[in-house]
Amino acid sequence: MRSIRPIGLWLFAWAATGSPAALAQETTPELLAAAVKEGKVVWYSSVDVKVAEAVAKEFRAAFPKIEIDVERAGSERVFQRVNQEYQSGIKNVDVVNSSDASHFLFWKQQKWLAPHTPPDVKRFPARHEDPEHYYATWRATLNVIGYNTNVISAKDAPTGYLDLLDPKWKGKLVKAHPSYSGTSMTGTYALSKALGWEYFEKLAKQGVQQLQSTTAPPKSIASGERAVMVDGNEYNMFMEIDAKSPVKIVYAREGTPFVTSPSAIFAAAPHPNAARVLENFLFTAKIQQLAVNVGGVRSVHPDVKEPAGRTPLSEIKTLADDPQGMLPQIAEIKKRYTALFGN
Amino acid sequence: MKPAEASIESTADPGRARSLDWTAPFSIAMALLLAGLVLLPMFWLALTSVRDDAGRFSLEHYRQLVLDPAFIKPLATTLWTSAAVGLLCVAAAAPMSWLVSRTDLPGKRLLRTLILASFVTPPFLGAFAWVLLGGPNAGLINQWYYALFGLKPFEASPLVNIFSAGGMVFVNCLYTFPYVFTFVANSLDFIPGELEEASALLGAGPWRTALHITLPLALPALLAGFLVAFLQSMTLFGTPAILAMPAGVEVITTKIWSLFQFPPRLGLAAAASLPLLPITVGLLKAQSAIMGRRGYAVIGGKSGGRQPIRLGAWKIPALALFAFVLGCSIALPYGVLLRTSFVKNWARPLADNLTLEHWRFVFFEFSQTQRALQNTFVLGIAAASAGTILITGVGYFSLRKAVWGHRVLSFLATAPVAIPGIVLAVGLFLSYTRPPLVLYGTLWIIFLAYLTKELPVGYQQISASLRAVHPELEDAGRIFGATRLRALFDITVPLIRNGVIATWIFIFIGSIRELSATILLFTARTKTISVTMFDLRESNDWGPIAVLSTSMLLITFALIASVYRFTDRRPT
Repeated sequence: MRSIRPIGLWLFAWAATGSPAALAQETTPELLAAAVKEGKVVWYSSVDVKVAEAVAKEFRAAFPKIEIDVERAGSERVFQRVNQEYQSGIKNVDVVNSSDASHFLFWKQQKWLAPHTPPDVKRFPARHEDPEHYYATWRATLNVIGYNTNVISAKDAPTGYLDLLDPKWKGKLVKAHPSYSGTSMTGTYALSKALGWEYFEKLAKQGVQQLQSTTAPPKSIASGERAVMVDGNEYNMFMEIDAKSPVKIVYAREGTPFVTSPSAIFAAAPHPNAARVLENFLFTAKIQQLAVNVGGVRSVHPDVKEPAGRTPLSEIKTLADDPQGMLPQIAEIKKRYTALFGN
Repeated sequence: MKPAEASIESTADPGRARSLDWTAPFSIAMALLLAGLVLLPMFWLALTSVRDDAGRFSLEHYRQLVLDPAFIKPLATTLWTSAAVGLLCVAAAAPMSWLVSRTDLPGKRLLRTLILASFVTPPFLGAFAWVLLGGPNAGLINQWYYALFGLKPFEASPLVNIFSAGGMVFVNCLYTFPYVFTFVANSLDFIPGELEEASALLGAGPWRTALHITLPLALPALLAGFLVAFLQSMTLFGTPAILAMPAGVEVITTKIWSLFQFPPRLGLAAAASLPLLPITVGLLKAQSAIMGRRGYAVIGGKSGGRQPIRLGAWKIPALALFAFVLGCSIALPYGVLLRTSFVKNWARPLADNLTLEHWRFVFFEFSQTQRALQNTFVLGIAAASAGTILITGVGYFSLRKAVWGHRVLSFLATAPVAIPGIVLAVGLFLSYTRPPLVLYGTLWIIFLAYLTKELPVGYQQISASLRAVHPELEDAGRIFGATRLRALFDITVPLIRNGVIATWIFIFIGSIRELSATILLFTARTKTISVTMFDLRESNDWGPIAVLSTSMLLITFALIASVYRFTDRRPT
């Protein structure tokens, strides 16, 4: 890390003096005035639609003169939309958030992103910001197992991934799809490394119901449509638990995939100043705390407090995400997975 | 200038060249426009399917299509499920249309209206509703079933499992059978009663008559209905995406859609789309050949004074059939969507569960609602207006055989019926994401899709109205010196005003519910209500989906009611 930081700083200094990205990093009155002049910001995010709209509502309250457009879709869908738009020369998106961190590597390689460090991010653990400042971890979540407590008693509940291969779970499982969800992609990659593809081959024989978004399985088990979810967002589970739905989270024995979900600004953003205002706003302690409280996400902001009743991260065995390792394998993972589970 | 003045002018000075007749340039412009609309996407589709990434000629995409089981299986599924939909629709619609047309079944008018309601229900709304009704464990029907027999979800097998190929076939049938019903009921109305009366006089009972006389006479309509149902089912995208994909079952439309995931495999998508065209063309040819062979069916005028067959106690099973079909296609789905829009957790009982939250969220917080509503209505109004004007001109010229090449006009206007929505979308995407005309990312590309897709519907409506207007009236106008165009707009259009309004509304309704083409053409700025709902489905947000569905149904029925009001007739 020590060797990277100076390079990062050097790059930053270079960017700040010469490149077109030499816009203010903090929301200064000048930046805000320029943003108000632009009048609008477009935010693509893969966070749950209710959370996205709650954040947008706060933004409207804080900056009533800047209109905010929210486009919510699954991470892989967000990726597809951005890329399809860029390939067709359409510059619509200002700020992007996706739960597949490798997307940011791809966009960075394409030179589509603008370097920017929101003030709060300077206090984040160093590994949660790109060394060249192109993106930072806006939120994190765990890709957890969960079950419906009306259907399954605590003593029968699975304790990890290998348990789910037991024939008794046949026809009761539900799962998100890595071709749609970045969280599921990150989880699939982590599990394929930890348990091998044989695991998914066996799991595919369990009659798994295949949904798309990792926001969907928690809603499915909350309704009782399925008994156990193989993967789904921890934050949706928290939201269900807060809404008194009969569901419980399982942190797997084998480890739970940890999924970072970065945020970045596009270099060709149609509203570059408003984009910076939004990006800075997203990383403030207030919005981070809102996302944690209302949205159940995990934050790496040092000032954010975990609400009572949620298992602290330190007590959970996690499987770290590895976007660098995952990036070259994404197409292959989608193909293998689709061959086993369908689209 | 009034027509009278024009006629005075031209009769007063017969030697002078008459006011310039724009008929020929107008019709050529229309032909070119239609050709551009229909042929350009097909051209790019064909070209892309035989080119590799470097732009060289290659059959690699087709090789992959034929050899890769990932494509063969969806195609096979598409074919067998569509055949099943066709058969089931005929099995349900044949007795239903016979009952409505030949017997003393009570409430026939109401039943016909309800069948019309299932006809205009967007199929993907039905699929959404059936997830909530027929989900194997939480679906309300299964909950009632488990409660009734004291069973437990997951332990007992469910009464219905909508997440399956069978579930998809069932829901497809619910919104496709009205096509078959309309075909058969119309044809029964026109089969003269004398043959059936003769059979009755010669001592055959009503059943024997139905089986030996009416059925063979209605057979062409049944076959044609089967083919149309097959075609409808084959081209649907929403229902298979909602009901079959969660079970790992794919059809060709969902497969084409998945090829657009990043990185998009356009060549493969084009190659997967093209084989659908010969299939649809073949089906439509077969259908028109069957319907064309009316000779032996002795179609005459509507024969009056037929004695309806008395059903007696058979009324009960007959009504039960209607109750089942219409309950599954209308009552239960509409009920569950309305219920879901007002509850917190859709799978729980109503007590302590009521909320207005979803309505508040959709209309006051969800930032996509406003824009999607706006886009949907702008597109609907634009496609309906442009489509109506275009199709009125095309219909007039081709029916009056007014210009050379009128056959080409009518061919081009009806050709899109053979192009499945998703195939059209692939073609449009390929045509308009490259210079000179980059329309992707704007509403224009979706507008073109809607306009093209709705041409045949509009053509059918307008030509039916035009046939009813005798050309003599126009001829009179023409004798007094009006040009063709003038005769059309000053004489004919006012006479077919009702037909024009109906056409506008039909194109509008078809446009606001479109999903299968929009799904490939929208961008964040050009989302419609239908794709917004589809997005919400991917994260299981059933409450907001139910709110949007209910709103869409209300709008649709308000418009249909206005068709009745304005035109004072039954739309068919």
